[in-house]
Amino acid sequence: MKIDNSLPLEYATEQNKMNIFGFWVFIGAEVMLFATLFATYFTLENRIGNGPAGAEIFELTPVLIETLVLLTSSFMIGLGIHAMRIGRKNAMLTFFGITLLLGLTFLGVEIYEFMHYAHVGAGLQVSAFTGILLTTLGTHGAHVTVGLFWGLFIMMQVKKKGITPQTANKSFIFSLYWHFLDVVWIFIFSFIYLKGLM
Amino acid sequence: MDYFDRFAIPHPSPAIYASMVAIGLTMIAIVIGLTYFKKWGYLWDEWLTTVDHKRIGIMYLISALLMLFRGGVDALMMRAQTAVPDNTLLDAQHYNEVFTTHGVVMIIFMAMPFIYALMNFVVPLQIGARDVAFPRLNALSFWLFFMGAMLFNISFVIGGSPDAGWTSYFPLAGNDFSQSVGTNYYMLSIQIAGIGTLISGINFIVTIFKMRAPNMKLMKMPMFTWTALITNAIVVFAFPVLTIALLLGTMDRLFGTHIFSMTNGGMDMLWANLFWVWGHPEVYILILPAFGIYSEVISTFSRRNLYGYTSMVASIVIISFFSFLVWMHHFFTMGQGPLSNSIFSITTMAIAIPTGIKIFNWLLTMRKGKIRFTVPMLYSVGFIPIFTIGGVTGVMLGMASADYQYHNTMFLVAHFHYTIIPGVVFAMLAGLTYWWPKMFGFMLNERIGKWAFWFVAIGFNVTFFPMFFTGLDGQARRMYTYSEATGFGPLNMLSFVGAIGLAIGFALIVYNVYYSVRHSSRDIGSDPWDARTLEWATQTPVQSYNFARTPQVDSIEALWDLKRKGKPIFKGDIEKIHMPNNSGMPFIMSCIFFVWGFSLVFSMWIPAIITTIAIFACMAYRSFEKDDGHYISVEDIKATEKDWEVLADENR
Repeated sequence: MKIDNSLPLEYATEQNKMNIFGFWVFIGAEVMLFATLFATYFTLENRIGNGPAGAEIFELTPVLIETLVLLTSSFMIGLGIHAMRIGRKNAMLTFFGITLLLGLTFLGVEIYEFMHYAHVGAGLQVSAFTGILLTTLGTHGAHVTVGLFWGLFIMMQVKKKGITPQTANKSFIFSLYWHFLDVVWIFIFSFIYLKGLM
Repeated sequence: MDYFDRFAIPHPSPAIYASMVAIGLTMIAIVIGLTYFKKWGYLWDEWLTTVDHKRIGIMYLISALLMLFRGGVDALMMRAQTAVPDNTLLDAQHYNEVFTTHGVVMIIFMAMPFIYALMNFVVPLQIGARDVAFPRLNALSFWLFFMGAMLFNISFVIGGSPDAGWTSYFPLAGNDFSQSVGTNYYMLSIQIAGIGTLISGINFIVTIFKMRAPNMKLMKMPMFTWTALITNAIVVFAFPVLTIALLLGTMDRLFGTHIFSMTNGGMDMLWANLFWVWGHPEVYILILPAFGIYSEVISTFSRRNLYGYTSMVASIVIISFFSFLVWMHHFFTMGQGPLSNSIFSITTMAIAIPTGIKIFNWLLTMRKGKIRFTVPMLYSVGFIPIFTIGGVTGVMLGMASADYQYHNTMFLVAHFHYTIIPGVVFAMLAGLTYWWPKMFGFMLNERIGKWAFWFVAIGFNVTFFPMFFTGLDGQARRMYTYSEATGFGPLNMLSFVGAIGLAIGFALIVYNVYYSVRHSSRDIGSDPWDARTLEWATQTPVQSYNFARTPQVDSIEALWDLKRKGKPIFKGDIEKIHMPNNSGMPFIMSCIFFVWGFSLVFSMWIPAIITTIAIFACMAYRSFEKDDGHYISVEDIKATEKDWEVLADENR
C-alpha cells in the first residue's frame, strides 16, 4: 500500500481517499433520507386527529439538555480528530470517550422523552402527527445508537493498533458521521421542537 | 397449529400448488445436482464469495434473466385472462396478485439487476480500472438484491403475494383492505433490494470519479460510463425517498401508525407522492443506461464516432435534473389544483427536448456510416421509431387536461410499455449480445438472434399497439375481465397473439444461448466487433485484474485510435497488482437479511430482533477483520499475458 506522507494519515492512501469520498456520497443519501422524513413531518404536523398537538407535549428542558449534550459531543470529536492528526493517541481516545459518553447521555434523555410521550398519550399509534414525530426522532436516535457502537469499536482498534492510515481513516469517517447527526439534530431542534412550541 | 396458519395461502388455487411443487422439486434438483457433481466447493469459492466485478455482473445477469421469465409468465397469464370477455382462467384475486408481481418483478428485480449486470461488467473495464472502488460492498449489493428478490418470490407460495398493484397505493395497501401478508412482502423485499441498490449507487459514483485511467478526463469517458455515472447519482438521491416511503408503509402495516391511513390524521395521497418522487427518477435510472448502450452500439456498428458527444452528456444531465420535477404527472386526476398540474405538465413535456436531442444524435451518428446490421444494431435501430411512439404518447399523457381521458386506462399501459420495452429491454438485449463475447468468450449466433429480434419487435407491437385503442375506448387497466358488450374482445385477443410472439422471441434467445454454447467458435480474439472503447483492449475472457498495465488514454475512443492511428495505450513495465480477497461475509449477511425480512413479514418479533443484532454483528466483524488483500506477482501476470500481447501486437 503506497502511503503519501504529504497528506494527513486519513487521506494517505488511494483507498483512504475513496473511503472518505464514498462516505460523503453516503451522507448525500442520508440528507435525502432525512429530508424526506422532514417533508413528511411538515405535511402531517397539524394532522393530529384525536391526539395531542406538538405544543401540548413538547418539553423544553429535556430537549435543551439533548441539544447541549449533542453539540458538545460534536465539538469533542473535533478535538479528538485534531489530537489524532498531531499523533496523540491517548488524548484522541479520551476525546472519543467523552464524545461517546455524551452520546449515551443524549440517548438516555431521549428515552426519557419517549417515555414521557407515551405517558401523556402521544404513543406511536395515536395520530399521523405522533407517528411521524416518533419515527423521525427514532430514526435519528437509531443513528446515534449505531454510532455509539461504531465509535466504541473504532476506539478499541485505535487502542490496539495505534494511529495508522487505516484506523485514522475509520476515525475520521466516524467523525463525519457524528457531525452529520449533529446537523440533523439542529434541524430537529429548530423545525420540530421550536416551531412546535411556538 | 394456529401459529402455522399464517403461512398458508389465503386464496389457494391449483396453479399455486403446482408452482409450490415445482419450486420444491427445483430446489431438490439443485441440491442433488451440486452434490452429485461435487460442485459445492466451486460454487462457494468462485461465485458465492467472489468480489470480482465481472463475476458479480454475471450473477446479476443470470438473476435478471430468471426474473424476466418469471415476470414474463405473469404477463402471459394476464394476456390470456383478458384475451376473451368473461374469461375465468384467473379469478379477480389471482389476477390482482399477478399484475402486482409482474410490475414489481419487471421493474425492481429484472430491469434493475439487468442494468447493474452490464454496469458491473463494463464500467470498470471501460475506464481502465481493476475493479470497483469497494469490491466487497459490491458483492453485498448483489446479494442483498438477490435475497430481496427471493423473499419477494416466495410470497407466492408462503402467505400470499402482494395484490395492491406495483405502486401499492394506500389505503388499498393498508391493513384494512389488504389483510394478507402480501404487502408486507412488498415493503420488506423491496427495502432489502433497495439498500443493495443504494450501496451500488455510492460504489459506482466513487469508482467513476476516482478510478479512471490516467488522463481520462470526464469529457473523455465513453458514453455508457457517463450514463452509469448520472444514473447512480439519481440512485443516491432517489432511493432514500423509497427507503422512507417503505419504512413508513411498514410502520403502518406492522406497528399500527396512521401515516397513510384514512383515520386519525393519516394522508393516503402522501404515499403516492413519496412513491413517485422515487418512482419517476427510477424511470430514468432504467432508461439512461439504455441510452448509453445504444450510443456504444450505434457508434460501433456505424463505424463512426458518436455525433454530438457534448450535447449527449448535457442532455443526460438535464434529463436527470428534470426527472425529480415531474412526479405529480402520475396523478393529475387526483385534484391538486390547476397550478400544480400546469407546472408538472410543463416539466413533463420539457423532458421531450433533451430526449429528442439524443434521438437526432443517434440518427446523425448513423448518417454516412458503414452500418453493419448485427443483432445489437437491429435492436438499436428498432428502438428509435418504437421508442419515439412511446415518447410522443408520453407528451400526450403529460398534458394535464387531456390526461383525464387517458388516466388509468390501457392507453397508459401501452405508453409505458412502449417506452420501457424498446427503451430498456431492447437495450439490455442489445447490450447482452454486444458484450456477450467479452463475458463468455464466444459469440451468440447471429441468425437465431435476428429471428429472435423480429419475433420480439413484431410481437411487441402486436401486443401493445391495440391497447392505445382499447384505452381510448375506455378499457381500464387492472380489470380482470370485461363483458362482451364493451367490444374490447377482438383487440385483446390480438394482444394475446402478440404476447405469444414475444414469448417465442424470448424462447429463441434462450435457445440461442444453448445453441451458441455448443456450436460457436471459441477463437474470436479480444475484439470481435471491431469496437472502439477500452473494454475490448484486454484479453477474452478477461483476467481477474482486467489490465496487466494500466491503460493511458486521451480520447473518447482509445481503442479505435490505437487501431487506426497507432496511438499506444499500454506503456511502461508490468508491476505487481494488488487485488482484494474473496469474502463470505456479503453472502452470509444477506442470508441473515432474508431471515430478518421473512420474520418481519409474519410479525415474528424474536427472530426479527435476533437477526437485527446479527446484521450489526456482521458489520462489527467486518470492522475488526484484518484483510489487506493479496498481490499478483509480475511473473504470474507475464505468464498469463504472454500469448495475448504477442497476438495483439501482431494484429496492429
